Amino acid sequence: MKYTEEHEWLRVEGDVIVVGITEHASEQLGDIVFVDLPEADTEVAKDDEVAVIESVKAASDILAPLDGTVVEVNDVLADNPGLVNEDPLGDGWFFKMKIEDLSVLDDLMDEAAYKDFIG
Amino acid sequence: MTDLKRTPLYDLHLDLGAKMVPFAGYEMPVQYPMGVMQEHLHTRAKAGLFDVSHMGQIILRAKSGDTADAALALESLVPVDILGLKEGRQRYALFTNNEGGILDDLMVANRGDHLFLVVNAACKEADAAHLAAHLSGACEIEVITDRALLALQGPDAEAALAAHVPAVANMAFMDVIIAPSAFGDLWISRSGYSGEDGYEISVANDQAAALTRALLADDRVAPIGLGARDSLRLEAGLCLYGSDLDTATTPVEAALNWAMQKSRRAGGDREGGFPGAARILAELANGPARLRIGLLPEGRAPMRAETPLFASESGGEPIGTVTSGAFGPSIGRPMSMGYIATEHSAAGTQIWGEVRGKRLPAVVTAMPFRPAGYKR
Repeated sequence: MKYTEEHEWLRVEGDVIVVGITEHASEQLGDIVFVDLPEADTEVAKDDEVAVIESVKAASDILAPLDGTVVEVNDVLADNPGLVNEDPLGDGWFFKMKIEDLSVLDDLMDEAAYKDFIG
Repeated sequence: MTDLKRTPLYDLHLDLGAKMVPFAGYEMPVQYPMGVMQEHLHTRAKAGLFDVSHMGQIILRAKSGDTADAALALESLVPVDILGLKEGRQRYALFTNNEGGILDDLMVANRGDHLFLVVNAACKEADAAHLAAHLSGACEIEVITDRALLALQGPDAEAALAAHVPAVANMAFMDVIIAPSAFGDLWISRSGYSGEDGYEISVANDQAAALTRALLADDRVAPIGLGARDSLRLEAGLCLYGSDLDTATTPVEAALNWAMQKSRRAGGDREGGFPGAARILAELANGPARLRIGLLPEGRAPMRAETPLFASESGGEPIGTVTSGAFGPSIGRPMSMGYIATEHSAAGTQIWGEVRGKRLPAVVTAMPFRPAGYKR
């Protein structure tokens, strides 16, 4: 599992990368009431605003962690956005993307580095 | 946050695990570990305790000794019948400006030998100055700084407070009393801003933490932060000053006609005589160009403040704007309040709100979004 400074996690599954937000992020956001996901087959550039999470408090942008193509989104979140709070690292995933070169993952934080990052 | 003020309950908030945020110049609890959603639902199901000590408490005493003179003086600043407010009763009021806009909304209570006002935190200095500028001739104006203010809201509020102050069980909605207690004299009104039955309780600063701990010792009572306070008041269709009401909005546009009694309207005993009366009376007669409405988005995406509203799914100029929008935990869907051109304001009208560049459907809806539980 890799982590970004935007509090996203990335997990390699075969030739795709699954993306979600960390437990820390879901706790900070509070109760999530709506997730606006991108369409499948959308090309994205790193730091593009690809999704929006609405909590009871506010709306937050989710940025594309890397250049690539979104190939699948977690449609279950449309009717059950609370999954992001209940299981942020599992059933609360956001989207899957394909990237050209998996080696860019090496530049991201590992779990120990992310734990240091959130202090 | 060194410049921010703290209420007498600051240390208790930290003990309770509150997340503190700046609000109206104070460090206030936005939520406790329970979280906004559960705090909201707990208040509707049992009882929630809110620290609203940042709000302003002001006493007006007539220099003549006759409270009717203080009432008449205050009527020169509000489009509200204060003279007709009976002893032991409270009423919602609005300070208006010369253009008919709203300077603040407030509660006014008749406590026999004086009037007691509760005003918004962000406006309290300006309100005190406004009162001093206009009412100093007729009234002594005392800004209360040695008392905290709590709100206890929800269906179990009566039982929880009556355990300490039995007399509160006999109060009706908008009654006010001064009640002796183990925590000194409490200034209590049966009111609040959650759409639930409940009380606002003014207590001496040095007794505030003890009273709060005593109320929280009741299993039915949980501490509730500003986050849930906002979603509760929005579900109840109540305005937040600074968001839904401001100096450019008249009480008629804000659909607060119910707060302006007949005696102050055209043909009433004390018609007009408040700032902005010409515009407000004309709007009462002819209708305003825009109106505050409730809005239920059809999907799950909340339409938050500043979302522009349109009459059609594409093209056209905006016909209105959202001023408050959030997810309503008790109604299980998003809800918004806003202003719209009067011709589109009828309940049931289909409109569109533009969220992140997409026009999403919504329906104009009567408020409250959830029926109130007041004890009339």
